[in-house]
Amino acid sequence: MTLNEVQEKIIEEFSIFDDWMDKYNYIIELSKDLAPFNEANKTKQNLINGCQSRVWLNAEFVEGKVVFTADSDAIITKGIVSMLIQVLSNRTPQEIKDADLYFIDRIGLKQNLSPTRSNGLLSMVKQMRLYAIAYEAKMNQKTE
Amino acid sequence: MIREDFPVLKQLVYGKPLVYFDNGATTQKPMQVIDTINRMLLQMNSNIHRGVHFLSEQSSELYENARRTIQDFIHADLSQEVIFTSGATGSINAIAFSFGERYVQEGDEVIVSEMEHHANIVPWQVMCGRKRAKLKVIPFNETGELDMDAYRNLFSQKTKIVAIAHISNTLGTINPVKEIIQIAHAHGVPVLVDGAQAIQHVDVDVQDLDCDFYVFSGHKIYGPTGIGVLYGKSKWLYEIPPYQGGGDMVDCVKFEKTTYNDLPFKFEAGTTNYIGAIGLASAVDYIRTTGFDGIQAYEENLKEYALQRLQSIPGLTIYGTSRHRIGIFSFLLNGIHPYDAGMLLDKMGIAVRTGTHCTQPVMDHFDVDGTVRASLAMYNTKEEVDIFCAGLERVKKMFS
Repeated sequence: MTLNEVQEKIIEEFSIFDDWMDKYNYIIELSKDLAPFNEANKTKQNLINGCQSRVWLNAEFVEGKVVFTADSDAIITKGIVSMLIQVLSNRTPQEIKDADLYFIDRIGLKQNLSPTRSNGLLSMVKQMRLYAIAYEAKMNQKTE
Repeated sequence: MIREDFPVLKQLVYGKPLVYFDNGATTQKPMQVIDTINRMLLQMNSNIHRGVHFLSEQSSELYENARRTIQDFIHADLSQEVIFTSGATGSINAIAFSFGERYVQEGDEVIVSEMEHHANIVPWQVMCGRKRAKLKVIPFNETGELDMDAYRNLFSQKTKIVAIAHISNTLGTINPVKEIIQIAHAHGVPVLVDGAQAIQHVDVDVQDLDCDFYVFSGHKIYGPTGIGVLYGKSKWLYEIPPYQGGGDMVDCVKFEKTTYNDLPFKFEAGTTNYIGAIGLASAVDYIRTTGFDGIQAYEENLKEYALQRLQSIPGLTIYGTSRHRIGIFSFLLNGIHPYDAGMLLDKMGIAVRTGTHCTQPVMDHFDVDGTVRASLAMYNTKEEVDIFCAGLERVKKMFS
């Protein structure tokens, strides 16, 4: 699936909920889908500190693609992290850099990624893009 | 019913009636305050203490009347002991700077408590850093009450000032400020009381307390934002230097030497937030017209009800269990992350605060990352407490 196909899939999954609590119930379920995060990777370097909740993000570069794993101490944050991983992990640096994450807005979770919500999610997305840029630079260096 | 006076409370949030339990952060404004501010902007706006014209005289008079309203409300001896600032934070920063300039030297000590809001820690740390002075901390016990024996033992010849919260914004504890002040005065040390969480809930009589400084914010007592009060005994205010220079605070400006204006203007540099001050006075008038005694009795009753309801929820831990308390409840539910609980309560129309509440040392004391905080005000009801507790039960179920 392309990056946008995954976004469309998530939007469709959410379209069946008209009640906020059902939506959040589903997000709680999604948090359980997130691949387990290696405790050894819960380093200070991987920590994205929000003042409300914390997010850990780890990146590896495997065969031209950036593989992200992540975790959070808050379940709802973790559920949203799980979606961001679905969309952005296992993509080329170019795909990540170009990604327009419209699904967040479409499923009504925009406020969770606003700068005023200091849950670490906005910084996480920024960090994911920074990893993409860094890996791309590394890749270009090798080919030169 | 006073609730009717607060337009904000009538709205639906996500289609549900708003339950506003974040009053420790800020309170809603009654129509009377909104009308006053509107009238100021529509009909009377003019800079104070400047013009000879009709509008300026009118707004100057309203501003000075506002000062007298506050003086009366906190029982200050003199109206010039009431300084308008931007808020409690602004007031504390002003005193930390000015008092520090005048009285604090290398090796001196300042006493604060472990339960202070960051606004009553950081300004003192900044001043201590500048003056190479030391911060001493009064610990609190497991119920959230100050350790008074430890407090007594903190004094030394080097102690210069004590800065203490009247009521904790996280634990809800009402501190024995009168006793705290007596002990400090026995050592010849002045006391600043942070009344940000007290002024709207309990009687404050600065002469009876005998505090040297008392500070609070307008927006937490149903008034506008950006306005606050610094009360100081005139003997201190005469002695300490101004913390900001500008217009209105001067007597005579020469390049060789400038002399300062009298109190209170010495501490009100530049155009003050006169509309805010007049709005704040209107909020105080509202409270007095409603009847502060009645408000306090109502809040006491509501607090007891909320406490009893919260205590009956299995898996709920309240941080701060002093008997001397107001309706501020910090808690955790079944190990559920406060952010998760807050997000779900929000979607049920319930507004609470989550996180550290600007009191990281309190979180460290209990070894938690944060809590959920519900803080009540005079317009809250038992029905809202019921909706809130049902909401907590629902949150619990969703994470079980």
